Amino acid sequence: MSERASVLYDVPGPKAKRRNLIISIIFGVLLALLIWYVLSILASKNQLQADKWTPFLEAQNWTTYLLPGLWATLQAAAVSVVIALPIGALLGIARLSDHAWVRRPAGVIVEFFRSIPVLILMLFSFQIWFAIFGVSSPFAAVVIGLVLYNGSVLAEVVRAGILAVPRGQSEAAVALGLRKSQVMTIILLPQAVTTMLPAVVSQLVVIVKDTALGGLLGLTYSELRRAGSTSASAYGNLLPTYFVIAVMYVLINLALGQFSVYLERRLRTRRGGPVVKIDAGAQTDLLAARQQIEILDVPGIDQTRR
Amino acid sequence: MNFSFLSDPKYDFIGAFWMTVQLTFWSAIGAFIFGVILAAMRVSPVPLMRGFGTVVVNTFRNIPLTLIIIMMSQVIAGQLGLRLAVRQPGVNPQAFLDSQNFRLAVLGFIIYTSTFVCESIRAGINTVPPGQAEAARAIGLTFSQVLGIVVLPQAIRAVIAPLGSVLIALTKNTTIAAAIGVTEASTLMAVGIEFDPDKITAIFLVVAAGFIALTLPVGLGFGALAKRNAVRR
Repeated sequence: MSERASVLYDVPGPKAKRRNLIISIIFGVLLALLIWYVLSILASKNQLQADKWTPFLEAQNWTTYLLPGLWATLQAAAVSVVIALPIGALLGIARLSDHAWVRRPAGVIVEFFRSIPVLILMLFSFQIWFAIFGVSSPFAAVVIGLVLYNGSVLAEVVRAGILAVPRGQSEAAVALGLRKSQVMTIILLPQAVTTMLPAVVSQLVVIVKDTALGGLLGLTYSELRRAGSTSASAYGNLLPTYFVIAVMYVLINLALGQFSVYLERRLRTRRGGPVVKIDAGAQTDLLAARQQIEILDVPGIDQTRR
Repeated sequence: MNFSFLSDPKYDFIGAFWMTVQLTFWSAIGAFIFGVILAAMRVSPVPLMRGFGTVVVNTFRNIPLTLIIIMMSQVIAGQLGLRLAVRQPGVNPQAFLDSQNFRLAVLGFIIYTSTFVCESIRAGINTVPPGQAEAARAIGLTFSQVLGIVVLPQAIRAVIAPLGSVLIALTKNTTIAAAIGVTEASTLMAVGIEFDPDKITAIFLVVAAGFIALTLPVGLGFGALAKRNAVRR
C-alpha cells in the first residue's frame, strides 16, 4: 500500500488518529453488545447446547445428508455452466452478426430469458420435461432453468469479450483476406475467451447460489439447502445446520471469487490487453456488461483503438 | 392456446404481481439505505468499520438468497421468535402470518440486496477522480463532508445503470418469497403445475409477460436516467 491510505482521506495525523481510535472503541463496544445480544438470545432458546452441534462430528450426518447435498449442488452448477457456455457463445456471436435476421432473434431470446426469474424457468422446465418424457426430473429442471438464464447472461459476456478485442486485430485479419467466420473463430474468439474467463468464473458464483432454488415449490431437487433441511429434521438442529450450510456456501463462493480475481490479475499483466470484468455488484447483468465495455473503452488501455 | 384460466380466482395474477411490486418497493428502499451505509463503512478511515463492512458484504453476498429467506422464516422467526407483526385476538391469524411473512421476506431481501448496492456504490466511488476528494480536503472538509457532499453524489450518478440492474435482479428475486408463503408469481406457477398441468405454457407466458412488463421499463428508465445524469469529465 502506498503512503496514502485512500483518496478519500490523508494519512491520519495525531488528532485524526485519536478520533479514529475513539470511533473504533465506540463502534467496537456497539458491535460487542450486538454479538452478546445475539448470543444471549441463542442461549435463551437453547441453540448453543452441545447436543445441537455434535451431529456435525458424526460421519453419518455428512455421508448421508450434507456431502450428497453438496455434490448435487456442485453437479448441477457444473453441468449448467458447461451447457450454458456454448449456448452463450452462439447467442453472443449471433448478436454481433451483420445480418439483422440473425442479430434480432438472438437479441430477443437473450432479453426474454434474462427478464424471467430463474425459479419460474425451473418450474416451467420441470413441467415441460414431465409432459415430454413422462417422468419428472428435478435435476433436469434445475439445469434447464439455469442454462436458459445463464446462457443469456453469458451471451452478453461473450459479446463484451469479443467487442473488447482491439479493432486492429479484426482489421488486420480482414486485410489478410480471412472470411468473416475465420475472423471470428481463429482471431476474435480465442482472444475473447481468455479475456472473459474471470467474468465466467464470477458467473459461477451466481449459478452455485441459484442451484438452491431447486429445493423450492415441489421442484424437490436435493441440493445442499434441501439436504440440510432433511438432516436438520433428523437431528433436530435447524439453526446449527443452516449455519453450517451458510458457511459452506460462503467458503465455496469466496474461493470462486478469489479465483476470478486471480485470473483477472494474471490476464491483465499478461499482455496489457483489456479484461472483461463484470462487476459483482451489478450481479452480472446486461446493463453491467454494457457499462463495462464503456469503462474498458478508456484511453490508455489500447492506444491503437482510438 | 387456452387462456380461460385468467378468470379463475385461483390465478390472481394481478394480486401476485402487485405483491412483486410491493416487495420490490420496500426492499429497494431498505437495500439502498443499508447499501449506502455499508459502502460508507467500507471506505471509512476507521479500520474496524472497514473490516465489519467487508465481512458483512462477503458473507451475505455469497449465501444463496433462498437460504437467507428460509432462515428468516424458519430460524429467525420460527426458532428465535422474532415478531414483525402484531397478532390481534379475534382477527384471522392468517392476516398476522401474511404480514409477518411479508416483512420477513422484505428484511431478507434488504440484507441480501444491500451488499450488491454497497459493491456498486464502491465501484462508483472508484470512478470519482482523486482530485475531487483532494480539493474537498484542501478546503478543509471533514471525511463525512468529503464523502457526503463531494464524492457520494458523483459516485451514485456514475452507478445509476448498475443500480438499475440490481433493482431488476431484486424484482426477479422476489419470486423466492413464495418459499415462505408469500403469494407470488412463482406460487401461481406451482398451482398451475398442480391443478392445470396442460395449461402450464399459457400460465408461463402470462408470468413471463408480467416480468418483462415490470423489468423492461426499469431497465430503459435507469438507462435514460444514467445518460441524463452522467458526470461529464
